[in-house]
Amino acid sequence: MLAGAVAARARPAVGVFAYSGHPAGADLGPLPWVGLLASGYLVAAAGDRQGWSRWRTAAWLTGCAVLAVAVSPLRDSAGDPRVHMAQHLLLGMLAPVALVLGAPVTLLLRVAPPVRRPLARLLHSAPVRLVSHPVTAAALSTGGLALVMLTPVYAAAGRHPLLHDGLHLHYLAAGYLFAWAVAGPDPAPRRPGPALRTAVLVAAAAGHAVLAKYLYAHAGHLPPGAGYDADAVRAAARLMYYGGDVAELLLAAALCADRYRRRGRRLARPLPRAGRPLTRAVPTR
Amino acid sequence: MRIDGQHPLPRPVPDLRRSLLAAAVIGAAVTAAVDEIVFHQVLGWHHFYDRATSTVGLLSDGLLHSAELVALVGGFFWFADLRRRGAWHRRAGWGGLLLGAGGFQLFDGVVDHKVLRLHQIRYGVHLLPYDLVWNAAGLLLLLGGALLCWRARSRPAPGRP
Repeated sequence: MLAGAVAARARPAVGVFAYSGHPAGADLGPLPWVGLLASGYLVAAAGDRQGWSRWRTAAWLTGCAVLAVAVSPLRDSAGDPRVHMAQHLLLGMLAPVALVLGAPVTLLLRVAPPVRRPLARLLHSAPVRLVSHPVTAAALSTGGLALVMLTPVYAAAGRHPLLHDGLHLHYLAAGYLFAWAVAGPDPAPRRPGPALRTAVLVAAAAGHAVLAKYLYAHAGHLPPGAGYDADAVRAAARLMYYGGDVAELLLAAALCADRYRRRGRRLARPLPRAGRPLTRAVPTR
Repeated sequence: MRIDGQHPLPRPVPDLRRSLLAAAVIGAAVTAAVDEIVFHQVLGWHHFYDRATSTVGLLSDGLLHSAELVALVGGFFWFADLRRRGAWHRRAGWGGLLLGAGGFQLFDGVVDHKVLRLHQIRYGVHLLPYDLVWNAAGLLLLLGGALLCWRARSRPAPGRP
């Protein structure tokens, strides 16, 4: 089938996010995996008898398209910090937000009843609860980025393809985790309230902005050992700052829209209570 | 909004305090966004980073910047929520908008530019007139907002008996 053909053309998992200089044409890199993500979701959405939301499908496909741009045209760009920064922004921030808004877990629960019980058990397990707490997710995502930029890890990743691929997978996974923990529509047992999630979003975005300006201020010798031109690093730092803003705005909008809808549902069925003024009935959609 | 005759509900009460607060949040965040777009991007007067900036200044700038963005989004959703519940108080809203805008302008001019020295309004010029105009504009907006809020409190909202 399609999945089989795609998987056959993919390289082993080791090479997932590599940008080593293979001759063009034969090597597709991780692109087939992205194709698999998109087609798998489409098959599941088509199989949902209640009719799956087109907006969710559009969000997921947008996420896949962003991933495809990050892993294919921007792949052979190790020499330019600006392109590498763009890749980080797409892979670790913008693609995850779009993918999370696609609500893949909800879709899976709807079309595959047998997975419900094991999935619920997994979501309620202690490790998943720990990792999916907004504070942990923020530390993994923004903290991981700080580690890469301020220590020789960045230079080492340029020499070791395995470490490099691992880092890119980490960006994607941590970004997804953070977006889900803060504003994801998918079920998240014992998720903290909106106030804490908003505070974590502000703190993580502040950390990202401070990191970007710190990189700008010390462009001559950051990331350690990379040996980049200072002007190019400054341009990359600006890109990081404003790219982070876009991701933060999207997440804030997702968080607020979710709250707005929930309040709307409550308003739609007003229960008259003594001592409180009644509000107008408002249709939710 | 649906107001049909079948379920006669009492007229909603405009919420002066919440309208004022929501609009103030929007006013401050929009002023911050205008500052970022006009003075940083379009005119290029403000610098992205100024060598006089301290570490504390850098941290507070990052926190303020990220809080502004969330406030921008949150403020508009709060406004939309007040509107759909019929709790929006228009006069208090305008007053709050000016209060927020003036408050942010003055805060930016005094704390960011002078106390924390994140960046100056413009480089290579005599700064005093720029600082004066900047902060006087903030003060005027604040005064206008306070006047509107005071009038909103002392007069009933339009459209109400």
